[in-house]
Amino acid sequence: MSVLAAENLTLNLGGRRVLDAVSASFAPGRVTAVLGPNGAGKSTLLSCLAGLHTPDAGEVLVGGQPRAALGMRDLARQIGLLPQDADVHWDIDVATLVALGRYPHRARWGETETDRTAVVRAMAATDVTQFAARPMTALSGGERARVLLARVLAGEPQWLLADEPLANLDPAHQLDTLGCLRDVARGGAGVIVVLHDLNHAIRVADEVLLLYDGRIVAQGAPADVLTPERIAETYGVSSHIGTTPDGVRFIVTSHMAQR
Amino acid sequence: MSRSLRINLVLLAGIAAAMMLSLIAGKVWIPLDAWVAGDPRWPIIAELRLPRTLLAAMVGAALGLSGAAMQGYLRNPLADPGLFGVSSGAALGAVISLYFGYAAAPLLLPAFALTGAGITMAILALLVGRSGSIIVFTLAGVILSSVAGSMTALAISLAPTPFATSQIVTWLMGALTDRSWDDVTLALPLLALGCVLLAFTGRTLDALTLGESTARSMGVDPMRLQLLIVIGVALCVGASVATAGIIGFVGLIVPHLVRPFVGNRPSAVLLPSALAGALLLLVADSLVRALPTVSELRLGIAMSMLGGPFFLILLLRMRRRLA
Repeated sequence: MSVLAAENLTLNLGGRRVLDAVSASFAPGRVTAVLGPNGAGKSTLLSCLAGLHTPDAGEVLVGGQPRAALGMRDLARQIGLLPQDADVHWDIDVATLVALGRYPHRARWGETETDRTAVVRAMAATDVTQFAARPMTALSGGERARVLLARVLAGEPQWLLADEPLANLDPAHQLDTLGCLRDVARGGAGVIVVLHDLNHAIRVADEVLLLYDGRIVAQGAPADVLTPERIAETYGVSSHIGTTPDGVRFIVTSHMAQR
Repeated sequence: MSRSLRINLVLLAGIAAAMMLSLIAGKVWIPLDAWVAGDPRWPIIAELRLPRTLLAAMVGAALGLSGAAMQGYLRNPLADPGLFGVSSGAALGAVISLYFGYAAAPLLLPAFALTGAGITMAILALLVGRSGSIIVFTLAGVILSSVAGSMTALAISLAPTPFATSQIVTWLMGALTDRSWDDVTLALPLLALGCVLLAFTGRTLDALTLGESTARSMGVDPMRLQLLIVIGVALCVGASVATAGIIGFVGLIVPHLVRPFVGNRPSAVLLPSALAGALLLLVADSLVRALPTVSELRLGIAMSMLGGPFFLILLLRMRRRLA
């Protein structure tokens, strides 16, 4: 089966051990939320999986093959990375930006029907079709974030790696984007998403990977991993876990001192 | 017909017209009916104006394309092909040949200039190493360009005769006066190869719009891109300086002129920039010949005189947009 796996990933950056023997495997069709406090190594793990960092030890396996055995273009066709705070250096229009997502697939000259279909579908999935002709500078923060997600989806990756995709979104668009990630997983791709809001993780994730200081603290179903004890150990906050009348679980956190 | 195609066709038509103008215009105006082999004015067309016109078009295209590629690569609208030192290196080579008085021999000056460009390119490649980093690239270019500039200043101040000094200073201003077919045959293959290499960067430059690391995650090989840019720009700029001296501002201005028509996507800017560069230089070179000055106005000076006001307009427009 095609699996994305990290095996004993260890990475030092600037003399600090950012990832420490991280082993995890991700299955297609599932959403995995990567959680942990700031500096736990979440973004670095994503970068490593996407091939932007070469680990000091351990390796990334893509469909059973070591990552190094795949060319950069092959890897880019399989893994789409949505970075945090993405820059857009030229003021291009939305449709042009989303079409950049086809870069790993496209033939040298001209775009194919497949390219166009993928771009249209990605724009529909993220609800940005109505902005197609607008320049990027004329978008709000939330609109911009959705367009950037559409860019990654246009590449139809088997693995979607999203680093805090909800950061600039209002509550409604946060829920829409979470729904969109779920749809991507339902379509057969594996989704690995860094989240800060534990409630979002509960809502969207099939599985949770909890990182602390470069190490995996726990991995499993959200309900099993996110216990008040673990939340206190990793985030240093106390938490109350409850359920709304219609069955949605939620977590309310507060400072330890208030306990 | 797409917008880009239409712009490119208009520019091509403009180039054809400007080439006609360039063949006709000059201290001696040569009307079309003199364009026959028997006419006494025909040698002026065949041996002087034709190579000069072709050189203006080739050099303009190469500089325009290099400018567009550099701006796309550095993601900076103020980037210029002169930025990474190859033009200063080529100029230094040419100045050395003038310093030692070699310039009288045909093709020795361009050969020195090309050597200077080649050495600068090699040092640049060594300095940036295998990093593929854009910041290292820019800094290395600035260092090389200032080192070559100071050596050129040294050559001027130590020049053996006032004649050599004035020759160097005049040459540095760039011009297409008295160029021959030899210059065309020397520059053409180098410029063509450089342009082909730069044409291959288009889609990768587009991907770079999203920043270096995102582009890498999309499968961009930063080393390969940097190699294409360094060699492509070095060939274009080196061969241009070797045949025409330093003609600034073309690479800087031209991409700005075409963006309002074709949009900001870096790959869409490349071809129209090459065409507009050719057009700009053809027109400017015809004008400097036609101006009723005692000695011909140097093309390099004419371009810098255009460059200042152009940037003022750019600044005013930017200020209005920010307000």
